[in-house]
Amino acid sequence: MQLILPMLVQGAQMALVVLLAPLLTGLVRKLKARLTRRRGAPVTQPWRDILKLLQKEAVVADSASWLYRAAPYLIFAATWVAAALVPTFATHLQFSWTADLIAIVALLGSARFFLALAGMDVGTAFGGLGASREMMFATLAEPAMLLITFALALIAGSTQLSTIAAVMAGPAVGLRVSLGMALVALIIVALAENGRIPVDNPATHLELTMVHEAMVLEYSGRHLAMIELAASLKLLLYLSLIACVFVPWGLAAPGQGLAAHLAGLLAYLGKIAVGAVALALFETAIAKMRVFRVPDFLGIALMLGLLGTLLLFVSARL
Amino acid sequence: MTHLPLDFAHLLAGSLVLLSFLMIYQDRLSALLDVFAAHAVALSASVAWQAHLQQAPHLYLTALIALLFKALIIPMALSRIVQRLRIHREVETVVGTAPTMLAGIGLAALSILLMMRLTAGADPLAREDLAFALTVVLLGLLMMVTRRNAVSQVVGFMSLENGLILAAAGAKGMPLVVEISVAFSILIAFIVIGVFLFRIRERFDTVDVGALDEVRGERG
Repeated sequence: MQLILPMLVQGAQMALVVLLAPLLTGLVRKLKARLTRRRGAPVTQPWRDILKLLQKEAVVADSASWLYRAAPYLIFAATWVAAALVPTFATHLQFSWTADLIAIVALLGSARFFLALAGMDVGTAFGGLGASREMMFATLAEPAMLLITFALALIAGSTQLSTIAAVMAGPAVGLRVSLGMALVALIIVALAENGRIPVDNPATHLELTMVHEAMVLEYSGRHLAMIELAASLKLLLYLSLIACVFVPWGLAAPGQGLAAHLAGLLAYLGKIAVGAVALALFETAIAKMRVFRVPDFLGIALMLGLLGTLLLFVSARL
Repeated sequence: MTHLPLDFAHLLAGSLVLLSFLMIYQDRLSALLDVFAAHAVALSASVAWQAHLQQAPHLYLTALIALLFKALIIPMALSRIVQRLRIHREVETVVGTAPTMLAGIGLAALSILLMMRLTAGADPLAREDLAFALTVVLLGLLMMVTRRNAVSQVVGFMSLENGLILAAAGAKGMPLVVEISVAFSILIAFIVIGVFLFRIRERFDTVDVGALDEVRGERG
C-alpha cells in the first residue's frame, strides 16, 4: 500500500492531465465565443480535432530532416512529464521527489528548444520568424520564471512543489506582498508562454505577428496532433501550477482516504474552471500587443519577480 | 500571530516601492499622475499604520497631511496644469524603459544592502521602513534624471519627498513642527515650480528641459 498508492495516484494524474488538457482549451474557446455572442464549437472539439488529425496522413516537406519528425514527440513527452509533476489533486505523487519547479522550467525549456529547432528545420521564412520571436520572448520569460521560483523558495524553504503547496496552505505564510508580486509575474509568464492574447493570438493562422502558429505551420497529421496536445497540456500545466501554489486548498495529503482524493479532484476541476473563465474574460477584454511591446510586458514580470525576491530578502534579514 | 504588525508594515512599504517602480515604467503623463496619487495613498496608509504601532497620535496628522496634499490637491493641480499645457497625451522617455528599470532594480538592491548593514541591531520595523524609504528616494532621483518633461520631474521630486516622510515615520521622534514645515515647504516648492513651468513654456513653447540646454548653447 505504501508503494502502490503513490503509483496509482501518479498514474491517475498522468491520465487526467492528458484527458483534461484539450477539454480546457475547448472550454476557453467556448467561453470566448459566448462572450462575443457567438455560439462556438462544443467543448470536446479540440479532442475531435486531435483524433481526426491522428488518422490523417502526415505530409513532410522534402527538405525536412529527422529532427523535424522526432520533434513533435519530444515536445509532447517533455510537456507531459512536466504536467505530470505538478500536484493537481493530491500531493503524494510517485515522482513527487523530482517535482521541482526548476526541473519543470527546464523541461518546458527543452520543449521550447525543440519546437524552435523544428520551426527552423524546414527552412521556410515563416518558421524561422516564429522561432526567433519565440526565443526573444523566452529570454525574458525564463529568467522571470526562475525569479518567481526563487521568491517561492525563499518563503517555503524548498523548490519542491508539494512542500511549497503544504507551506502555502498552512498558517505560517502570513501576509506577504511578495506573494502578490509573484502571482502577477507568474500570470504574465503564463500568458506569454502559452501565446495567449496580449502576446500572441492563439485563434489566428493569418496574422503576421503570430509566434506559435508560425513555427508549427508546416506540420500536419499525427505530428500536428502531438503539437496541439502539447500546447493544450502546457496551458493546463500553468493553470495547475498557479492553482497548486496560490490556492492549494483541497489538495489530498498523504494518508488520506478515497473521499479526500475525490474531494481534491472536484476542487481541482473547480479551480481549473475558474481559471478558464478568468482567462476567457481577460482575453476578450484586452487587445493584442505589438511584438516589440512584448519585451516591456515581460519586463514587468521580470521586475516583479526580482522585487519580490528583494523584499523577501529584507524580511528574512530582519 | 505576532508577525502580523510587521507583515502589514512590510506590505504597505513594499507596495510603496512597487508604485515607485510603476511610476518609472509609466510614460504617459496622466497615468503617471494617477500612479503618483496612489503612491501618496500608500504612503499615508503606511504612516497611519506606524502611528498605530508606535502609539504616536501626531503621525496620524502626518498621514492626513499626506493624504490631503499629496493624494488629492497636488495630483489634481498637476493634472490641470497638464491639461492647460496640452501635454496630457505626450509620451516621453529619454532612456528606454528597460535600462531604467534595470537601473532602478540595481538602486533598490543597493539601498537595501546598505540599510540592512547600517541599521543592524535597530528595531526591525524601523530597519525595514528605512530600507524601503531609501529605495523610494533613490527611485525618485532616478526618475528626475531620466525624464525630460518638467512635469514628470516634479512628480519625481514629490515621490522622493514621499520616501523622506516614510523614513521620518519609521524613525521615532521626528517633531511635528519639522513635519509641518517640510510639508509646507514642499507645497511652496510646488507652487514655485508650477509658476516656473508656465514661464518655461511661455519662453520656449515647450516644457521639454532639453530646450534649456540649447539656450545655454550646450547642444548644437
